[in-house]
Amino acid sequence: MKRLALLLALSTTAFGAELRFSISADPKTFDPLHVLDDHSETIRYLTAGVLVRINRVTEKVEPQLAESFKLSPDGRAITFHLRPNLKFSDGTPLNANDVARTMKTALDPKQASPKGDTLRSEKGDPEVQVTSPLDITIRYPAPKPDIERLFDALSIVPAKIEKIPASAGPFYVADYKSGEYVRLARNPNYFMRPALDSIRIDIQPNHDIEVTRFLRGELDLINQVDPTNFDRIPGARSFGPSLDSEFLWFNQAPSATVPAWKRKWFTSTAFRQAISESIHRDDIARIVYRGHAHPAAGPVSPANKFWFNAALKPLAFDAQSASKALASDGFKLDHGVLKDRDGHAVEFSIITNAGNRTREAMAAIIQDDLSKIGIKVNIVTLDFDSLIERIAKTAQYEACLLGFTSVEINPTEQMNVWLSTGANHAWWPREKTPATPWEARIDQLEIAMASDPSRAMRKKALDELQRIVVEQAPIIYLVNPDYLAAISPRVHGAQPVASPPQILWNVESLRLE
Amino acid sequence: MKQKIAIAILALVALCALLAPVIAPYDYSRQFRDTPHATASSQFLMGTDDLGRDRLSRLIYATRVSILLAPAAALVSVMLALLLSGFTSLTTLCLSLPWIFLFIILRALMPLNTRPLESILLTFALMGVAGWAWPARIFGASIEQMKQSGWLLQARASGIGSRRIALVHVWPHLRAIAWAQLRVLVPAYILSEASLGLIGLGVAEPLPSWGNLLAELQRPEAVHSNPWVLAPLGLLMIVMICLEQVAP
Repeated sequence: MKRLALLLALSTTAFGAELRFSISADPKTFDPLHVLDDHSETIRYLTAGVLVRINRVTEKVEPQLAESFKLSPDGRAITFHLRPNLKFSDGTPLNANDVARTMKTALDPKQASPKGDTLRSEKGDPEVQVTSPLDITIRYPAPKPDIERLFDALSIVPAKIEKIPASAGPFYVADYKSGEYVRLARNPNYFMRPALDSIRIDIQPNHDIEVTRFLRGELDLINQVDPTNFDRIPGARSFGPSLDSEFLWFNQAPSATVPAWKRKWFTSTAFRQAISESIHRDDIARIVYRGHAHPAAGPVSPANKFWFNAALKPLAFDAQSASKALASDGFKLDHGVLKDRDGHAVEFSIITNAGNRTREAMAAIIQDDLSKIGIKVNIVTLDFDSLIERIAKTAQYEACLLGFTSVEINPTEQMNVWLSTGANHAWWPREKTPATPWEARIDQLEIAMASDPSRAMRKKALDELQRIVVEQAPIIYLVNPDYLAAISPRVHGAQPVASPPQILWNVESLRLE
Repeated sequence: MKQKIAIAILALVALCALLAPVIAPYDYSRQFRDTPHATASSQFLMGTDDLGRDRLSRLIYATRVSILLAPAAALVSVMLALLLSGFTSLTTLCLSLPWIFLFIILRALMPLNTRPLESILLTFALMGVAGWAWPARIFGASIEQMKQSGWLLQARASGIGSRRIALVHVWPHLRAIAWAQLRVLVPAYILSEASLGLIGLGVAEPLPSWGNLLAELQRPEAVHSNPWVLAPLGLLMIVMICLEQVAP
């Protein structure tokens, strides 16, 4: 009877089939150690041979190329024991020396690998010791929290990294035509056999065409559905809040283009709080996201169940409280125009990236909301490179509306955002010393979280950080968009999750009817 | 008769544009947040857009912006082209310049708090100044052709002055080309204005223009749910056909 069931299952489930989906632009690189953009990251994930993998559903660390791993009692070291007879897709053997070389390359400052940043610690680089062809120990100078989880993102690379390198993961890049497609083929040397034979990733910049092709059955999944397209796709599903957030912040860095009186507004907590309370987040969620978003409660999305501070409630519109906060800081309404204590009319510009319909619509809602309290907002849409230039280098802007796509379940990895000296410290990048006591406190919490091996203690510190961010509003969180996806009924084994790569996280288990 | 109808339609469109604050049912920026992307009804004759703004009001105000500025910019281009068409090297140089970078530099130089009206005036002015080289090349080729013609040789041999030759004999030939160029440039500038939004120039929210209303056509589902999304395209076509009819 069991054999009959197995035969029936095999008759409807095809091994050797090709999964098809699309990405919106060419991957910038196939070198797994130099991935920065989302599309390259998708290819990296699908071709990555990693020592361990975080199960995105259970959040547990599962062995992959490493058969087992052991943490030292002092929380400073991890020893991996590799599976025997491992090989890259080109047939070259893979052993502990390849892992050591990958670590060395990632940590080499000349390589400027983004993976190196996550592998380093505050006290210095780890020491790598190969004890046998199958055993390797990585030792940090100080306790490093969740060491094992770092290796989910480190793809083991071959000795020679070609333009399209050999893969140690379930698939390898078999064919690539710029602007057309990337074709991945099953790696015959991988330690397990994925059900799919190949994956064809079309490069399709137009999301409307992507939807049309999915509806025609030419694509098997849409990994991220735009809320405006959601209703067009029968069977598209919402998986609740994603880890992403949309937010607004004011430029508090000394800048030649921001007059002193405006900087005074932007550095005032009362002003920032009043702006936050004057925005109808529920309207943004309902109108811009067509109901597929939730007003944000703070820097961590509620989708991140463990790390989210459940004591924080979604930020709500409160005109009375906003007026009170503004009055307390010397602002007053004069014939419908809000003026500061020196008589300057409150007017500022918000920059955001051009071509992003949801952000442009959000900016229009904020503009309208703030006009009701007498503030004039000018919306400026810029191409993405110019926008990044202004916010990260020249500081030539007043306020910025952007979003954050979280790739880490563990938000304590966002040190470069919260530490005052961080390059991505949005409101004042690379601050020499914390400008306020609350920023100094955030620095303390971040440093404590970076070295405290206790998950409970780090959670406590992160809860406090979230509370401070909501109270001080250096970044005004707006909404957490829902994770929306569309999967063809012929795809089996999918367990979509809110964190990237969403549907594709368990690609080895995906199969087609 | 056709010409009269065309003039009447153009006059009506221009009048609607000028009287926008009087005839538009609502302010173009007013958001009816309870009725976003509504279909046509007695309250909103063309429905509402994604933010609940009345489409008819926005179309009337957009006409005001585009119907005045795009032809003005096209006229500047054609006049410059007529003046500079003799300078073939300069024309070739201007055609080879990467204008998009000039626009990006301009955006970088402009203060971020530039008012939407100032931004759009500057954008159309720049398009007018930057767009002369294409018609100039056509004018240049026509003038070269005329230089070889027998009638011009005869006029010169008869002792007619250069100015008279230009105004009485050459201009009637160039006028038709100028008119054709004007008709080509007007919709091109309207659409270019929408594209310039990508680098922070053009019409900023909440001011509407034909360019940013036409940009909605990139979304097939918007057209499907409310056919009035096509209204700006229809109006643009009517205006262009009327301009064709009133051509001398």
